[in-house]
Amino acid sequence: MNRIASLVSGIVFGLGLTISEMINPAKVLGFLDLFGNWDPSLMFVMIGALVVSSPMFHLIKKKEKPIFAEKFNYSNNKVIDNKLVIGSALFGAGWGLGGLCPGPAISSIALLNIYSVTFVISMFVGFYLVKTLKSI
Amino acid sequence: MNIVNFTPITAFTGGLIIGLAVVIFFLLNGRLVGISGIASNALTSKDNKLDNILFLIGLIIGPIIYSFFSNQSVNITISNSYIVMIFAGLLVGVGTRISGGCTSGHGISGIGRFSLRSIIATVSFMTVGIITVLINNLI
Repeated sequence: MNRIASLVSGIVFGLGLTISEMINPAKVLGFLDLFGNWDPSLMFVMIGALVVSSPMFHLIKKKEKPIFAEKFNYSNNKVIDNKLVIGSALFGAGWGLGGLCPGPAISSIALLNIYSVTFVISMFVGFYLVKTLKSI
Repeated sequence: MNIVNFTPITAFTGGLIIGLAVVIFFLLNGRLVGISGIASNALTSKDNKLDNILFLIGLIIGPIIYSFFSNQSVNITISNSYIVMIFAGLLVGVGTRISGGCTSGHGISGIGRFSLRSIIATVSFMTVGIITVLINNLI
């Protein structure tokens, strides 16, 4: 059952990215163009997502366990360090250049756009590089 | 600043649906959605491998289902060269793994739990994203 839940959650997430048009890099870059021709849409996407998820997280956390798993499994990392700020800054630079972050990038594979597929392959190379360097 | 192409209703609706997806994953599987983590672990970790891969397949099916039921094609515009996309993808892959999250993990799951760590991460990537676009427009 947890497998089906993962698939369904991914599908619903992908639908949300499509309906909100966040799958489109031009739309995301419009949001980041704060000092030019600004498109505030992305802010409304985040507000919409938080309006649903934030109160529900609070309620669900009070449950003894999730429905299809033995226990809740999420990071409670509170460390604020250089890695957090610098890593996010590197991500922000890539996001501002390409207009894609991991979710929309993977969803956009469906559209068979060769530029976004190139981005996704490169992103996975980045994941692999960090994993490899960490394990040395 | 000029406000252009603003689509508040579809943006908010899509956001509610994204929030629903995050709630489904948490309520049923007990995990918080963070797509950079899910994608990276699908490649490099044995834990929850099938779950992670199925989530990613779901992400790809989403736009196809939308297209099928709405009878509208999904269009995206990318006006960068391959070199820029390769460089951008590397930065996103490396950056999100160093900071432990992206727009979903820090921006939604983290901020949704009022995590200070995630708020700082989100401010950092948004600020740098805005500066990058600003510089890009000047060049």
